[in-house]
Amino acid sequence: MDWGTLQTVLGGVNKHSTSIGKIWLTVLFIFRIMILVVAAEKVWGDEQQDFVCNTLQPGCRNVCYDHFFPISHIRLWALQLIFVSTPALLVAMHVAYTRHEKKRRFRNGEKIDIEELKNETIHIRGPLWWTYTSSIFFRIVFEAVFMYVFYYMYDGYQMPRLVKCDAWPCPNVVDCFVSRPTEKTTFTIFMLAVSGICMVLNLAELCYLVIKICMKVPGKTT
Amino acid sequence: VNKYSTGVGRIWVAVVFMFRLLVYVAAAEDIWKYEHDEFECNIKQPGCENVCFDHFFPVSHIRLWALQLITVSTPSLLVVFHVAYRENREKHHNQKLYRNPGEIDGGLLCTYLISFILKIGFEIVFLVLFYKLYNGFKIPHLVKCDMRPCPSSVDCYISKPTEKMIFLYFLVATSCLCIILNLSELTYLIFK
Repeated sequence: MDWGTLQTVLGGVNKHSTSIGKIWLTVLFIFRIMILVVAAEKVWGDEQQDFVCNTLQPGCRNVCYDHFFPISHIRLWALQLIFVSTPALLVAMHVAYTRHEKKRRFRNGEKIDIEELKNETIHIRGPLWWTYTSSIFFRIVFEAVFMYVFYYMYDGYQMPRLVKCDAWPCPNVVDCFVSRPTEKTTFTIFMLAVSGICMVLNLAELCYLVIKICMKVPGKTT
Repeated sequence: VNKYSTGVGRIWVAVVFMFRLLVYVAAAEDIWKYEHDEFECNIKQPGCENVCFDHFFPVSHIRLWALQLITVSTPSLLVVFHVAYRENREKHHNQKLYRNPGEIDGGLLCTYLISFILKIGFEIVFLVLFYKLYNGFKIPHLVKCDMRPCPSSVDCYISKPTEKMIFLYFLVATSCLCIILNLSELTYLIFK
């Protein structure tokens, strides 16, 4: 899994985040990406091989597995992580664009604060505030959507030990046994909890940014 | 490649990287990993499964996907090579030949336009290839196979068809998005 490159890209975003944003990034890396790569993948690694149905009928296992697991947990988590990390790219692109514009204006001879350009401290205000806030909003939306998709697809967050399947070509209702259900349930609940924490952090960051801008506006008018 | 792109070009690079390459490496590869082992036919005749699998999957989806990613990313290298060639020429003649080697004008504009046309062309070719090879973008649960040495028409079951279909649709959607981005960048450059 090539999450290392995602890590490098997001690491660059760290510079332009608020402190809550930095905590969110840390939680994302350590508790989600790392756990996914190091542990969760191994738990789901043998999911179809060890999905056993109480029948010798060829094809029954394939069909039953496909019926109960239209899209595997591990793939949903990978997609969730990719979608949740993408808004951060918007911010990185905006910052790069701002810097590019400043350099262009400086090259054209306009007077630019050289010290600020050298230090490259980007303050979250003006158009960047809007980009940053919308990126946090989209993060929250994606988290919520995926949490709901998990709940809807798998009827809650528990992995059953046994599923009863009567899809053709299974001769009648057949018992199928899921591999490692307890371990899978544990990881599902863990990822759900961390997802919830990330959502709370994003909400807190959103409130912080909104309050900051609200406090600035009365200051400007006086 | 990012350095020499326009704004839309950078979005294209980001989309290609995040939504196509990362999804391919992080999620899609594992789905197709055991496709041959999990392909099961309702028969004990040795060789029947192999023959049927080969008949229905001449080139696996995942391999086509990888080829698509590689061919679609390659035309961008043309631009990088052209800029490197310009910089090399400047160094060789030891004088400033261009206002800015990375600026999109003259010959470099031609290279840019060619790279876009190639990118769009390759995307469309691969989408058509997927469509023609697999009769649309659907993956059935069950295929009926009557190739030798299978004695008669035999039921063969494909593993994880729904998951594969979801990711196939994802591939088509990102492919179309990339075509749109490339077309808009092409129009923007032409009008400029």
